[in-house]
Amino acid sequence: MPSEPRGKVTINSNECKGCGLCVDACPPKCLELAPELTPYGVHPARYLGSACTGCGICFYACPEPGAITVYRMMPPPKSPATLSQEANRAATL
Amino acid sequence: MSDYRVIEAKSSVFFDRYERKPELQQQTHYCPGCGHGVVHKLIAEAIEDLGLQDRTILVSPVGCSVFAYYYFNTGNVQAAHGRTPAVATALKRSHPESIVIGYQGDGDLAAIGMSEIVHAANRGEKFTIFFVNNAIYGMTGGQMAPTTLVGQMSTTTPWGRRPSNEGFPLHMAELLATLEAPVYIERVALCDNKNIMRTRKAVRKALELQRDAAGFSFVEILSPCPTIWKMTPAEARNWVAEKMLPVFPLGVLRDRKLPPSGNAVPPQHSVAELLELAAPGEAPSTLQPPRAPLPGLAVNIAGFGGQGILLLGQVLAEMGLRAGQEVSWLPSYGPEMRSGSAHCHVCLANERVGSPLVEHPQVLVAMNEPSLRKFAAQVAADGLVLYNRDALPAGFSVPQARVYCVPASEIADRLGAAKTANMVMLGALLELTHALPAETALAVLQTKVRNPALLEINRHALDAGAERIRKAVPPAILTTA
Repeated sequence: MPSEPRGKVTINSNECKGCGLCVDACPPKCLELAPELTPYGVHPARYLGSACTGCGICFYACPEPGAITVYRMMPPPKSPATLSQEANRAATL
Repeated sequence: MSDYRVIEAKSSVFFDRYERKPELQQQTHYCPGCGHGVVHKLIAEAIEDLGLQDRTILVSPVGCSVFAYYYFNTGNVQAAHGRTPAVATALKRSHPESIVIGYQGDGDLAAIGMSEIVHAANRGEKFTIFFVNNAIYGMTGGQMAPTTLVGQMSTTTPWGRRPSNEGFPLHMAELLATLEAPVYIERVALCDNKNIMRTRKAVRKALELQRDAAGFSFVEILSPCPTIWKMTPAEARNWVAEKMLPVFPLGVLRDRKLPPSGNAVPPQHSVAELLELAAPGEAPSTLQPPRAPLPGLAVNIAGFGGQGILLLGQVLAEMGLRAGQEVSWLPSYGPEMRSGSAHCHVCLANERVGSPLVEHPQVLVAMNEPSLRKFAAQVAADGLVLYNRDALPAGFSVPQARVYCVPASEIADRLGAAKTANMVMLGALLELTHALPAETALAVLQTKVRNPALLEINRHALDAGAERIRKAVPPAILTTA
């Protein structure tokens, strides 16, 4: 099973005007304009579901304040062993 | 299943819903691919990150971004076309703790608002202007803007802008960078990802500088207008890069610290200080309120320029000030400093003066015949006319008023200084009306006439005017003469 992408994007189709700038801007090319139309008559952007790195570039390319929300994967929680190692290192510094 | 956290989302500086219209409340009114939305987002993000939302006042322009106040949950003012810097000046000066952001397009800022932006920048007003330059009038449908490129088509340059007829595009960032006061000027562009992030940095820096009260900051943002340029949003971004950047080079044109400029508040002086009755900072104890209320008086003094008309009015008004009265002095004169007609209205009152305009003076001082003929009819019933001659012109009368003929110019000539004719008239006026104690006239003159010999002649002139009245033939006889 392929590993989960580092990031993900949600697009609010009520805000998206289908300008396509996010599709152009996306470095891993994981966005596209959907073939279906929104009630306003535009093809909204959508996430292809894989390859998002959570870089956030689509957010800044998009002119609408809240059409795009970008997520990034949380780092895995640290094990108790790692935490105590880090604490020891900090104490010796 | 892994956990994702939000790293980019709608800024809390935007309203949740935009109440401009009943429908489409989650969308801005901008066209798909418009640069304004990106600029809005960058400004909102910077305001949020710097924690300035509660202090921010956004001044929206006229143009496509006129409705910015529907989007930004900050203080908002919408200014008349091009006047954003003037409005922002007032906001920032009256609320120096606030963060004032002017948002302007190229038609607004560089055409109708050119004067306002240049002077605000030159004064170093401590606010920030974001100048969104898309080289065209967008909202009105694509007319040529001052920033329209040479050869660029618009509805008003349908065959392309020609320098021979329409001139060259204005470079606002460079133009403002010729001024001393601005601390930060940069031009950025929304032409690709990298430059959008540079714009983000510039927006943030400008607001940080304002937060730190550094001075005037200005960011010009080259921005796509896909609709008016008749391009797809992606083509429009490329057009910014390919066509606009060669004409409007990007970069920082100004980034410097100004030395602390000291207090911008003009020095305040009390009336007593201005009248030289008190040293600066001293309590104005020498300004005496009148012991008994003096009669108010409305006076019109008229003659030709050079007769000391305006000075006579000033002396009278300052005498009132020294007596604790409310006064006004309203001069009216032509462009010529000498020989044109001149007159001034003086109000002496014991309450605040409602209007400095004297329509029906209680006293008219007419220093020549044209002034007498022009103003005599306005004199109030039972008013006084002081005329600078031995007698009224033949056949002329002022039936509603008492007329005193005081040949002030002749008296002043005999005293050795023709220019003291005005003081002869003042002496006569004070003797007739008892509006103010005569001794204060000399005290005022001492602050205006530094030459002791001339001051002495002025004193004689005042006395001579009063003396003339004491010996005058009753006016009833004169008026019927």
